[in-house]
Amino acid sequence: MIKNILNLGDAALYCDFGKDVNRETNTQVIRYFKSIQKENIVSINNLSPSYNKLIISFDLKKTNFKDLKKIIENLNITNEDNLKNKKIEVPVCCDENFALDIVRLEKKLNLKREKIYENFFSKEFFCYMTGFIAGMPFLGDLSENMRAKRLETPRVKVPKGSVALTEQFANIYTFESPGGWNVIGNSPLTIFDSSKETNPNLINPGDIVLFKEISKKQYENYNE
Amino acid sequence: MSKNYFQVIRAGINTTFQDEGRKNLYHVGIPFSGAMDKRNYLLSNKLVGNKINSPALEFAYQGPLLKYFGNKINIAITGEVNFKIKKKDIIIDGNCYQSLNLENGDEVDILSTNKSVYGYLAIGGQIDLKYQWSSCSTNTKAIIGANDGKKLENEQVINILKLNNQSVEKKLNYINTKIENIRIIKGTNFDYFSDKGKKIFLEKEFIVSKLTDRMGMRLEGPKIENVIDTNIKSEGLIKGVIQVPADGNPIVMLSDHGTIGGYPKIGVVISADYDKLVQLSPGSKIKFKQVDLSSAENLFKLYDLETQNLISQIE
Repeated sequence: MIKNILNLGDAALYCDFGKDVNRETNTQVIRYFKSIQKENIVSINNLSPSYNKLIISFDLKKTNFKDLKKIIENLNITNEDNLKNKKIEVPVCCDENFALDIVRLEKKLNLKREKIYENFFSKEFFCYMTGFIAGMPFLGDLSENMRAKRLETPRVKVPKGSVALTEQFANIYTFESPGGWNVIGNSPLTIFDSSKETNPNLINPGDIVLFKEISKKQYENYNE
Repeated sequence: MSKNYFQVIRAGINTTFQDEGRKNLYHVGIPFSGAMDKRNYLLSNKLVGNKINSPALEFAYQGPLLKYFGNKINIAITGEVNFKIKKKDIIIDGNCYQSLNLENGDEVDILSTNKSVYGYLAIGGQIDLKYQWSSCSTNTKAIIGANDGKKLENEQVINILKLNNQSVEKKLNYINTKIENIRIIKGTNFDYFSDKGKKIFLEKEFIVSKLTDRMGMRLEGPKIENVIDTNIKSEGLIKGVIQVPADGNPIVMLSDHGTIGGYPKIGVVISADYDKLVQLSPGSKIKFKQVDLSSAENLFKLYDLETQNLISQIE
């Protein structure tokens, strides 16, 4: 449930679902997000669901903080399980040329790379949110022994398709972009496709992701 | 190639097609985009008799040099822009907020934006552009929108599918006012900062750095000290949010911003001041002034009324 609604600037509602980052809280956020989406409220410009927050941006010409807050507070949020979790398999090649930070990560985590990959590929991930850059999924949760901080100095360019870790999360760089996550491999799969306007993202909040290791050869011959 | 077109002789530094932007895609990771200075964008369209939300060319600092081929066409430039119209025998100094006609072979040379950043060139007619999610705004990071998601390039062509009937030259008396004071509302993490840090944020001058583009504006000045945590759990962003990362230098999110961020939000620029904010060029001074929500709402009403007034003066 929403604990508190604040204003973020003069044209957004900042809905706080509590401090914790876990699947339960995030599932609540996604439920609200989907329910509000269904209402098609014309004054709403954008919805930004994240781990434990939902930001609702609105058109200040059509409504204001007080009025929209009232509408949101009185909405009927369905409690039924409307998160149709899709299961998605994502192929990852861990060739040395792709695993840019594996050496660093071995040191940070004090784990051999075989163990890091074993942990990573045996895990089922949950998609908490998408964004930062178009389509980038924030996937959790890595076990305690797999959690590393970001790079001290972020890379100016992380290659497209990079699969990377930080703290309890994994993500996939859908474009070449600046970034500071620890890169352990690369996926040939198209995660964001702007030609699909109704659903450009392969992975959406609430989905389950499994990573599968592929060889360099399989990577090069990969055909979607 | 259509009958009426512009040849791009020089593309300019950052020239893109923009309209009002695209909505309801933050959750996918796609920002609003759209014209940075909305008022000047709307006025440019009105001056050439376009629908007010038609795509226009937005340029920054140095604009494009375009040569026109075809039947008489009406164009208008808004902002604070130095430009010239080159006709067969003469070169004319251009006036902003005044539509004019181009004939076959004429050139528009947009030299620079004067002590500002963005200017707009509206073309009286329908430009041949690709729409994605009901907007043709070019987002060069996500590679979406008009021109295959890219900036304008030298040697390319801009095709005009249909010309407007308007050939009268319209004019508006308007002066862009400059402000150094940008009004803000306290952000959701305002209390992450020390009393001294808060005081610095609200009282000291900052300088707009060179690391400023359509995504964000980085500011330099006295450091704003954080006493709680230099990171927050990643969450949504909106345009106008001022984040302060660990180095203590504020960054203001602009129209092409990343949709998720993990730095504390010290403030949010009010909607009424956004057009003025984006026009502050690197090296400009900026000072933040705190207002409450109801003042921000009233200031927006005034801003909107003034914009509507200007639009109606062009009838």
